[in-house]
Amino acid sequence: MLAKRIIPCLDVKNGQTVKGVNFENLRVAGDPVEMGEFYSMEGADELVYLDITASHEGRKTFTDLVKRVAERVSIPFTVGGGINDIHDIDRLLQAGADKASINSAAIRHPQLVNEIAKHFGSQMCVVAIDAKRQPDGRWLCYVNGGRIPTEKELLPWALEVQDRGAGEILFTSMDHDGVQHGFANEALAMLSEHLNIPLIASGGAGKMSHFRDAFSLGRADAALAASVFHFGDIKISDLKQYLKKENVIVR
Amino acid sequence: MEVAIIKYNAGNVISVENALRRLGVTPVITDDKALLQAADKVIFPGVGEASTTMAYLREHRLDELIVNLKQPVLGICIGMQLMCRHSEEGNVDCLGIFDTEVKRFQAQQKNDKIPQMGWNTVSQMQTPLFEGVNPEEYVYYVHSYYAELCRHTIARTEYLLPYSAALHRDNFYAVQFHPEKSSEVGARILNNFLNL
Repeated sequence: MLAKRIIPCLDVKNGQTVKGVNFENLRVAGDPVEMGEFYSMEGADELVYLDITASHEGRKTFTDLVKRVAERVSIPFTVGGGINDIHDIDRLLQAGADKASINSAAIRHPQLVNEIAKHFGSQMCVVAIDAKRQPDGRWLCYVNGGRIPTEKELLPWALEVQDRGAGEILFTSMDHDGVQHGFANEALAMLSEHLNIPLIASGGAGKMSHFRDAFSLGRADAALAASVFHFGDIKISDLKQYLKKENVIVR
Repeated sequence: MEVAIIKYNAGNVISVENALRRLGVTPVITDDKALLQAADKVIFPGVGEASTTMAYLREHRLDELIVNLKQPVLGICIGMQLMCRHSEEGNVDCLGIFDTEVKRFQAQQKNDKIPQMGWNTVSQMQTPLFEGVNPEEYVYYVHSYYAELCRHTIARTEYLLPYSAALHRDNFYAVQFHPEKSSEVGARILNNFLNL
């Protein structure tokens, strides 16, 4: 049986891992390559590295980092952050990344999803969606690291990128992110119901039962978290044992 | 030992190169016929689309070269699919080394996920390629097309239906999963191939 995936996410700035609470107040958490190796040994199924530096130099540093990760880590990893066009993706894949995640660029230029799928294949095209529930109940998508709201609604946008050739959706609920009260299971279940590409849950992991719920209630294919892993609150090996006991299929 | 990776218009060569380096082997990545024929082991990797990659192989006459190789050859993912008889992806005739068809996964229910993306187990493993690998261990897959079970199947996996996780005929071996991305289990399988 296909296993549910556990994915630590490493936000990288100037070559160091950082994790914000509600996308702000960044704290330094360690060396990205060492952390990737550590998580791989602990049983992580994939890794995500997000480049949160905007500068040109930062991007070069990030590409070098991607090369080092690819040399040393033997599980798949996705890279994202600051990807604006096919050239950015080509550079990161050449460096050894397995998948690339696009977010704001996809909303600004939806055709980019088609281009990536055509050039590199759907399997390496992850579309990340940051969304927030509005007072009227609608989920709206945000760009620029959650700073700017758009008129795009979550489900129609997810379906659109699926049609355009996305291979996977990484959905972050901005309300849940960083507060450790669990994933946005209702929204996840709604997406799972309609999508036929894999769905990664992101935002809200605080304890082990939250992962179980993202899989059982949210019917996500994978769950992503950062702080709980980086600060040692949850060990991935313990989490896998726990999920097995809870009848979730994991590696 | 000389290990050659076939260079063609498909991605993922770097991952295979990195995985071999972690095993202490520095491969040569080439489409040079003499180098490929002289290598002790040849790896045919890839992530790509079947009909365009097949057209590329024909144009560069790599198709004839591959089927006539005598040393152990390992196809990975699209490499494996191209070694089969025919692929539904672009409806293309392939190299015909393995007596099987490559088909697209069909959703049984409306939210069945295609591609299969992630870690799955392998069962009924045969040949030294799988030495030291247990049936409960996982390998990493990303694919929308699969090779049907056939007389050359040496391992199977189940996703929506049972299909060929690996194939073998004479000196040709192939795996649908990505050993280069399958942690220690994948490293063991690659090492087994190097030791064939």
